[in-house]
Amino acid sequence: MAEKGVFPLGGLPLGAEGTIAAVRAEGELRRRLTELGYFPGERVKKVLVSPLGDPSAYLVRGTVTAIRRQDAESILIREAGEWD
Amino acid sequence: MGLTSASAGRGAALSDRSAGGRSLPVVALAGNPNVGKSTVFNALTGLRQHTGNWTGKTVALASGRCRARELELVDLPGCYSLDPASREEAVARDFLACGQAAAVIAVVDCCCLERSLALALQILALAPRAVICCNLSDEAEKRGLRIDFALLSSRLGVPVVPCAARSGRGLDALLSALDAALADETAAPKAEYRSFLPGEGGGEASVACLAECTRLLDGVISRPVHCRSSLTERIDRIAAGKYTALPLMLALLLGVFYLTIIGANYPSQLLSKGFTALEGLIRALFERLNVAPWLTGALLDGMFRTVGWVVSVMLPPMAIFFPLFTLLEDLGYLPRAAFCTDRCFRCAGSCGKQALTVCMGFGCNSAGVVGCRIIPGEKERLAAIVTNSFVPCNGRFPLIIALSSIFLASSAAAAAGLTAAFVLLAVFVTLLVTFILSKTLLRGEKSDFLMELPPYRPPKLGQLIIRSVLDRTLHVLARAVAVAAPAGLVIYAAANIHVGNGSLLSAFCAFLDPFARFFGLDGAILAAFILGFPANEIVLPIAILAYTSGRSLAELGSYSELWNVLSANGWTWVTALSVILFSLFHWPCSTTCLTIRKEAGTKWMLLSMLLPTAVGFILLAALNGTIRLVG
Repeated sequence: MAEKGVFPLGGLPLGAEGTIAAVRAEGELRRRLTELGYFPGERVKKVLVSPLGDPSAYLVRGTVTAIRRQDAESILIREAGEWD
Repeated sequence: MGLTSASAGRGAALSDRSAGGRSLPVVALAGNPNVGKSTVFNALTGLRQHTGNWTGKTVALASGRCRARELELVDLPGCYSLDPASREEAVARDFLACGQAAAVIAVVDCCCLERSLALALQILALAPRAVICCNLSDEAEKRGLRIDFALLSSRLGVPVVPCAARSGRGLDALLSALDAALADETAAPKAEYRSFLPGEGGGEASVACLAECTRLLDGVISRPVHCRSSLTERIDRIAAGKYTALPLMLALLLGVFYLTIIGANYPSQLLSKGFTALEGLIRALFERLNVAPWLTGALLDGMFRTVGWVVSVMLPPMAIFFPLFTLLEDLGYLPRAAFCTDRCFRCAGSCGKQALTVCMGFGCNSAGVVGCRIIPGEKERLAAIVTNSFVPCNGRFPLIIALSSIFLASSAAAAAGLTAAFVLLAVFVTLLVTFILSKTLLRGEKSDFLMELPPYRPPKLGQLIIRSVLDRTLHVLARAVAVAAPAGLVIYAAANIHVGNGSLLSAFCAFLDPFARFFGLDGAILAAFILGFPANEIVLPIAILAYTSGRSLAELGSYSELWNVLSANGWTWVTALSVILFSLFHWPCSTTCLTIRKEAGTKWMLLSMLLPTAVGFILLAALNGTIRLVG
């Protein structure tokens, strides 16, 4: 799945936006992410990074959620500009 | 922190009412966390159910009578969908699914309809009668959002009412819509939304549900929201900023303790003078009435003095600490604190939400233990429960502050610094013990950590003060006094019933003394900690009573008198430090123990008592051993 221009959510710079391409999480984490709007096609923006480097907070569907880097690895995104 | 009778008591009241007596139609309030559901509940019932600005605040069902209608309102815990991932979300689902509610008010947030409407659709699939309350419409207006509520209502086929529960706007319209919904005999759940109810799939129902929300909202919202409010963004630049977040957290910690110490000093003295004067008056009255000396002693020297001590030492710091803490909580700062410190909790192998339960523990460990329900993973939840009493609760702060001020610090600022240092030590030990637990007893799969960071909301100061004083301060004080009065009586009796050539109390203290001395304490202190099991607040008063039994104090509760009594009984700064450390690390109070048993079982309760006690004795042995070696 080394699709060009697709990278894990954690790699998004602070303040940048992207579009979710895939969510590879399984089970409970997948379900909870989906409830919050983390599924393909949704816009996501990194709005905060913890002063200790992890976790970061992301904006999806008007809600800001803190996600640990390890969990954010399972979410693949495209940078907004490239997509449309 | 959830330190109110609401979180504990009203769930029981609910079942009482349904069991007997006149039963009112039940209307449930459901919605995502942070949509202001509890504010709507409070506005409708007039109950001061405490609302905190964080995810998963309501952990038990609160209920209340509607002010304007003959209705029983039940406030369900906030959840994102009806697919329970943690215990509290299961509560909401079960309540809605069992059909107890005649109608449901689905509360959604105008500022993020794209997400909060999803739960409303799932509610419509289950509940025959529902009204959608679009809360925070004032905030949406401020952000320039225009929402066509009538269009949304016609698309959904249920009433959609804009509200601003904080100011009470729209509540009358909400109640009228509810009346109409309740009168509808033919109402049925919406079958077309049944497929949005989460099943066994990996979230496909949620995808479909949210996609439906997007479709429903097309043309309803003037523009899609993909930004945060500028106020929240500006505050977070500092509160969660790379270089400012941790210094700010430390400054807040210091500031809260400094204001508490400075502000509590004078009222404490005033109260203690008042109690001393009152004691004199009652004593004179008793003498005139020829009350037997033993009865005067038991009532005045035992009961009255202990109660007076507890009130004058505890009330002022609590009356300052609780409003300050509630302010931070209502602003929405606590989730930021959890966000900034999560890495420490991750390294300790625990869930980041433990930071929130630790904060709740500062108010009351029992509330903190109940709050652990917000942690989704069972093992992490147990670790958070067992370690919760490692952080000092409000019953222990007065002792820590008093002893720091008298023996260890020369100024209020230094005392505040020391108290903050003790708190940091407590948090460090919490993390250390959590780490050890996660590698041994509670080894295993780690759950994920997803935590919402709600927007900052300006608190209503008047309500905040009334609530924190009535619901928290007086609630905790009443509990302390209820324990202190009989305890004072029992201790006085023990100090005056003689066996052999000493009193029962002195015999008990003497028995404990050699053991206690090894750890830098003495028999009276250890006896006070043991007898103070019902409430940490009474530990110091019991020790004082044990030291001074039979003698009268010039001015009970004042720091100078305290110093006189304690130093006369051989206290040094080492004793004070040892007592503070033991106060931080010993068995939790009986209320907390019972709560742990209820939440996790007897085995974990015993471990929760054993672990802090072991840590306390190890620390004291190390401290006093080092001092003996050096000195």
